[in-house]
Amino acid sequence: MNTAAIDIPHHDDHGPAKGIGRWLFSTNHKDIGTMYLIFSLTMFFIGGLMAMVIRSELAIPGLQFVHPEFFNQMTTMHALIMVFGAIMPAFVGLANWMIPLQIGAPDMALPRMNNWSFWILPVAFGILLSTLFMPGGSPAGGWTMYPPLVLQTGDAFPFLIFSVHLMGLSSIMGAINIIVTVINMRAPDMTLLKMPMFVWTWLITAYLLIAVMPVLAGAVTMLLTDQFFDTSFFLAAGGGDPVMFQHIFWFFGHPEVYIMILPAFGVVSEIIPTFSRKKLFGHDSMVYAASCIAFLSFIVWAHHMFTVGMPLTGQLFFMFATMLIAVPTGVKIFNWVATMWRGAMTFETPMLFSLAFVFLFTIGGFSGLMLAVAPADVQYHDTYFVVAHFHYVLVPGSVFAIMAGAYYWLPKWTGHMYNETLAKVHFWASTIFVNITFFPMHFLGLAGMPRRIPDYSTQFADFNTVASIGAIGFGLSQLLFVWVLLTAKKGAKASDRVWEGAHGLEWTVPSPAPYHTFETPPKARIANEAFE
Amino acid sequence: MIRNTILSLLGLALAGTAKAEWALNMPKGVTDLSLETYHLHMMVFWWCVAIGVVVFGVMIISLIKHRKSSGVAPATFSHSTTAEVIWTAIPVVILVLMAVPTAETMVKLEDSRKPDMSIVVTGYQWKWHYKYQDSDIAFYSSLAQSSMEARRKQSGVDPFAVDNYLLEVDRPVVVPRGAKVRLLVTSNDVIHSWWVKDLAIKKDAIPGIINETWFRANETGTYRGQCAELCGKDHGYMPIVVEVVEPEAFEAWVNSHGAEQ
Repeated sequence: MNTAAIDIPHHDDHGPAKGIGRWLFSTNHKDIGTMYLIFSLTMFFIGGLMAMVIRSELAIPGLQFVHPEFFNQMTTMHALIMVFGAIMPAFVGLANWMIPLQIGAPDMALPRMNNWSFWILPVAFGILLSTLFMPGGSPAGGWTMYPPLVLQTGDAFPFLIFSVHLMGLSSIMGAINIIVTVINMRAPDMTLLKMPMFVWTWLITAYLLIAVMPVLAGAVTMLLTDQFFDTSFFLAAGGGDPVMFQHIFWFFGHPEVYIMILPAFGVVSEIIPTFSRKKLFGHDSMVYAASCIAFLSFIVWAHHMFTVGMPLTGQLFFMFATMLIAVPTGVKIFNWVATMWRGAMTFETPMLFSLAFVFLFTIGGFSGLMLAVAPADVQYHDTYFVVAHFHYVLVPGSVFAIMAGAYYWLPKWTGHMYNETLAKVHFWASTIFVNITFFPMHFLGLAGMPRRIPDYSTQFADFNTVASIGAIGFGLSQLLFVWVLLTAKKGAKASDRVWEGAHGLEWTVPSPAPYHTFETPPKARIANEAFE
Repeated sequence: MIRNTILSLLGLALAGTAKAEWALNMPKGVTDLSLETYHLHMMVFWWCVAIGVVVFGVMIISLIKHRKSSGVAPATFSHSTTAEVIWTAIPVVILVLMAVPTAETMVKLEDSRKPDMSIVVTGYQWKWHYKYQDSDIAFYSSLAQSSMEARRKQSGVDPFAVDNYLLEVDRPVVVPRGAKVRLLVTSNDVIHSWWVKDLAIKKDAIPGIINETWFRANETGTYRGQCAELCGKDHGYMPIVVEVVEPEAFEAWVNSHGAEQ
């Protein structure tokens, strides 16, 4: 054997590959993280455009722009794209970038799988978006895909199922990667309870993903065989049960909502201590609270189904279990407030987004508590009250946390400070418009407006107009975000620590973070100080 | 539209003193249970307000007082078992206080025994069918013609000029005041949901399954609702109208209906 061929010289500092190959074949956690984040932002705008179509049509009563069938396609695709294409990949992107840096690992544990789990996503969403141009249009039965309605989808149906399978595959691989990385590749003296909260919440989220994504895959596969292979899992005419789909779907769907919020809790738990210049209050109880939420998320699914006709005892069980979630969620909110209490706060953009998160997520939590009350839920169910509730927890909840995280770590990624003034304008515009959009929806729901309707009675006209104005304002505000990102490299040089109060291993490496970091595990002493 | 916009913004500002067209809250409805549901809704709402005042209050005080620009040095505490036990225990107590009356109402809602009359409600894409049990009255109920014309895309008809736009049907359900009416709800195709907010009833109409629910209306009047479960392209166009009339008037309606067929 030619020894020269295997005598690869030890390369100290090889940079990224040149050209498109750097991205297509990347196994670098930072590059893959960047791709996830850019992909997510792209999907956020595509899903956002669909929201603009929805809100334009709903601005005044009467049908002005689209037909009801297309309206239903828009609501369905908006949800699928925002949930699976925007929010989930954004958190995976943040995890890819930050988890190795926060635990002192050189990369993710399974870099090739990391590449694959990213590159499946553009394929999955390419397939999903292509259904817009198919005979019969894209799926229009709601993102929940309830049979028998979803079986009336046109040519798009098998493509919908296949793209959901691919999204699940990507999520499962991403989750495995995160678990293996966190369990095996921490700095030598970083015990589990010394891990930063973002790593903790992602570890718990990853277990949730592994537990429920296969359940979703199973549910949609049963839809596929019902449609094409003469099974009757969900078809009453063949002895099946349409409600069984809802049980299976929400057994996935409820943990899914915590998949979208737990990493947000993690991001906010990093940022509030930094800008309060004070350690996170009750770190361990935050871990236990997140674990409790994760556990409870498996036993509350049927609160989405209080109107399907469940036995009384079943309804009581799911109601009590749902109410219990308020306890650990409350602990988290109280701990954030206690972290701020007697700190020395400053209000840079990441902190502003985090504070808005705490305020507005709590409002979403309140409406969640109201929805838990089963008799009242009979009135709220499938109305705009629910739309208001889940947009409060997802937009000023998850999305604001993602933006907070992006601003917080951007100087570490680019090596430059972003334009703070523009970022603050972005924050205030987003916060004001998000409330103008979603707060009136509470009133619409209570007054009796069902969700997923393209047109409505005139008594709902005024609040709908307000919501539409807010939505267009919110959409335009996000262009500012893109501008701040595009000009991010023009700002002043960022220091290693970036923020005065920042603690953690990610702030011990230079800004921008070199292509390879922690090739040898960080020194115990440095790691220890970083945890303080 | 601009006029509406300005009115909307004004209305938001005056939300506290809003009139009927600015409906802000759940209606009290016309059954004992709709009133109970309303009270449960308000109970949880006021608990949320109380918790919000405390949590946001502390947060706002902190935001004002504990800022670096006012020259404070950050405290170093990061743990307090006492505080954490307290703010775990208090929410548990509040939840128990909420859960007890809620469970009581739920038991009543589910008790559809000994009805005075039963109606089979069947959902279709996109209309409702009603069959009065123990009689030969059965009919479809679809969106009224006036709304049908105005609902078309760019129809040129001002929805504000149509009475009860999208909430009017050709043939309403008629029931007597004070009677316990049991509904047997099912579907012929996809899942629908029968909802009238003033009766505080929403029950999914599911093919292959017959769901049961009931109401007893205390006041005569016309009560409107809509399908509440996405059921395809005309989901927004299958309203429900229930007319509650005095028992004598109901008798007369039954008789005239029989003659009609």
